Amino acid sequence: MTENNQVTLTINGKEVQAEKGTPIIEAARQNGIEIPHFCYHKRLSVPANCRMCLVEIKGAPKPTPSCYTPVMQDMEVHTDSPVAKKAQKGVMELLLINHPLDCPICDQGGMCDLQDMAVGYGSDRSHYQEEKRAVEDKNLGPLIRTVMTRCIHCTRCIRFATEVAGVPEMGATGRGENMKVGTYVEKALESELSGNMIDLCPVGALCSKPYSFTARPWELEHTDSIDTMDGLGSAVRVYHRGGKVMRIDPIENNEINEEWLSDAGRFSYDGLGRNRLTTPMLRKNGKLSECGWPQAFEAIKEAVAKAKPATTMGLAGEQLSAEDLFSFNAFMKQTLKTDNVDARHDGSTVTAGPRAKYVFGGGVQSVDKADLVLLVGSDPRLEAPVLNARIRKNVMNNGLKVLSVGAHSDLTYPVETAENTAQVIEQIAAGEHKFSKLLEKAERPMIIVGAKATLARKDAPQLFHKLHHIADAYGVVTKAWYGFNVLNVSSTRVAALDLEVYPEQKGKDTDGILTALKGGKVDLLVLYGEGNTHIPVADLEGAKTTIFIGTHKSAYAHLADIVLPSATYTEKSALWVNTEGRVQEGKKAVNPPMQAKEDWKIFRALSGELGKALPFDSQQQLRALMIKKAPVLEQVGELVTPTWEKFGVAGKVKNEAFELPIQQFYKTNAIMRASQVMDESQELAEARKAAQQTKKAS
Amino acid sequence: MKKLWQNLRQFLLLDMVAGFAVTLKNFFSPKFTINYPLERTPTSPRFRGEHALRRYPNGEERCIACKLCEAICPAQAIVIEAEAREDGSRRTTRYDIDMVKCIYCGLCEEACPVDAIVEGPNFEFAAEDRKNLLYDKDKLLQNGDEFEIRIAERLMKDAPYR
Repeated sequence: MTENNQVTLTINGKEVQAEKGTPIIEAARQNGIEIPHFCYHKRLSVPANCRMCLVEIKGAPKPTPSCYTPVMQDMEVHTDSPVAKKAQKGVMELLLINHPLDCPICDQGGMCDLQDMAVGYGSDRSHYQEEKRAVEDKNLGPLIRTVMTRCIHCTRCIRFATEVAGVPEMGATGRGENMKVGTYVEKALESELSGNMIDLCPVGALCSKPYSFTARPWELEHTDSIDTMDGLGSAVRVYHRGGKVMRIDPIENNEINEEWLSDAGRFSYDGLGRNRLTTPMLRKNGKLSECGWPQAFEAIKEAVAKAKPATTMGLAGEQLSAEDLFSFNAFMKQTLKTDNVDARHDGSTVTAGPRAKYVFGGGVQSVDKADLVLLVGSDPRLEAPVLNARIRKNVMNNGLKVLSVGAHSDLTYPVETAENTAQVIEQIAAGEHKFSKLLEKAERPMIIVGAKATLARKDAPQLFHKLHHIADAYGVVTKAWYGFNVLNVSSTRVAALDLEVYPEQKGKDTDGILTALKGGKVDLLVLYGEGNTHIPVADLEGAKTTIFIGTHKSAYAHLADIVLPSATYTEKSALWVNTEGRVQEGKKAVNPPMQAKEDWKIFRALSGELGKALPFDSQQQLRALMIKKAPVLEQVGELVTPTWEKFGVAGKVKNEAFELPIQQFYKTNAIMRASQVMDESQELAEARKAAQQTKKAS
Repeated sequence: MKKLWQNLRQFLLLDMVAGFAVTLKNFFSPKFTINYPLERTPTSPRFRGEHALRRYPNGEERCIACKLCEAICPAQAIVIEAEAREDGSRRTTRYDIDMVKCIYCGLCEEACPVDAIVEGPNFEFAAEDRKNLLYDKDKLLQNGDEFEIRIAERLMKDAPYR
């Protein structure tokens, strides 16, 4: 920022500096002066239609909207002069003309912009005597509840849908008093980011349907945490009351999620309370029945005594924190003395080594600077909806070009696609494909590799070798620019690889374990956490004794002989490593239900019972040991750009298509599978897909 | 002289006579005590007695689960849980008042935007067991039905001063 870029102006007699082109409202906010507003939002376009932010500017004939007026040198702005105050009061009265007085039954009551502004800038009486307007409610699907009579036509939701979510489905019809906001054709919103409209709505016109009437803002406690539904690790605030999670909202984190959150992270919280495992269980006469921790431990002791280390196997699933994975790994390798452990249940064979091959090393924020993106087997709309919004933002603002090799859904922006086969990568590497020229021309090209569709392939080492070649050849990774990014869907995978939760010597990996299960050669199988849908549950049958340590009464629990209840992400303070490789701490919001325990405590206690106690007694000790193993986990909150090293194995890639990485967006993990709201959303999404297909067919 | 007068008063028991005169006067004046419970003293329209949840004349409960009473209660005696009823309206699924915690300040009544929770005229709800003083929604609604006429009357009387 150079000196010439700055202008000096006075706001309320206070001299302030601001960058040229900043709206007055933003300059005032940066200097701690609040100007009331409804329609203005810093991440959306500026329509200036609510008129609440009127201020007096010396020399201007009339009050001026401060959201639309850029700062100018020597400007004299008054936000609290009699003229400005009269204007604000008048606008407030007009806004309240048609707004119903139903604050007591409105879910927004207590956290409502209109309430706050009316108290701060409004009058205590109205001149309006006539009848109020009433508007029919719209059906926007199972996530958003509408009470359109409350709408003050700020058009934030319309702008969000069009500009950020990229689904131009919302709009306004009519004008003046007859203006109505809604979808033109009545239907549920077709976006994975629709929940953000609830946050944006300054009144109670758009409310969260699952949260409807269940709590009031003043009775909720809140804890800052990390979303674990996708690999991004968005910052969230968990609102809870009486040990129950009532609501999850995003908080601002410019480096990752700006202030958005996917519907999966926002609405899946009812899955935290439904169908939970609350006590340890033992299979007696073919039926699982509840028991205490000592009995369960006793049973495990017997099973472990019968099993040899070579026939003891362990599989870790999804939504496990770094501590969880570390203690599980230590438990399997040190206490049970087996190397047959794997957290890569999708069958991928990627190991630690250079971190560059499994992290989104450039950081989510670097998407803003890229001028070309090549998607390889990635479907960012479903893998990480918030990241997709970022890509879209760059496409809309700077004309970012997006190329894609692989299957993907409608990404909400123009994408140039190539034939869906891995050989295209070979051609690009050889400089023979039409994408080669585009990549060559780009100054800051970025490659986003979908981990799910690529790493699980049998030819992944060859494929990554080719990708490394492309990155070197086209300046994807230079000294000033890091553009080689791997997008993990799972919030667990990066930590699992950093901590080496896979066979380190000659143990069996996922494929080996599944083959051994089929051959009936497994004495003891430890299933920790639930995977997503990679492994059919039927393939996990066949062990003499199966122990399941997890959170929900799912199919995994039903095939187990011994079940131990553990904690979900809101029930433990833990470190989460997102797809960028960034370590973030999620705080404990509520206690695990009934007899369920935090995961690392289960492994610690169990190892003690088995006579080979793990060398930690507290979470601090555990973290210290963990950081010793993977020093990269020490910097909490920091983005560590990986060093660019060689990876992959030279060779030919197979002529195989990349699979669509996510089939059922609303059912990706255990919590989402237990959630009723996600059920409804999935049903709707599938019905929509079927309808589209029949339309295409006819 | 003063001493003489003092002695005379003592000798003639004049203090006692004055005392008996008061007794005699009250013996013939009208009585204040009433024959409770057969007779009752009148109560003010602002009397704050046992709580009740009221209904609209069509039988619909007034309470909309806004939780303002719960928020304002200084003794934190009110516990409310709410969700959408089948018809989509906002209703309580639980409305408990701990009558032992309650300090009968009447703030819940003042906070209520729909005159649902009121402190009725009844003060005869002493119980032998504490658990009988933990009121739930059914009990409160039953109170409302029982005392509705008197509650409505006293609200009407007090309305001009609110």
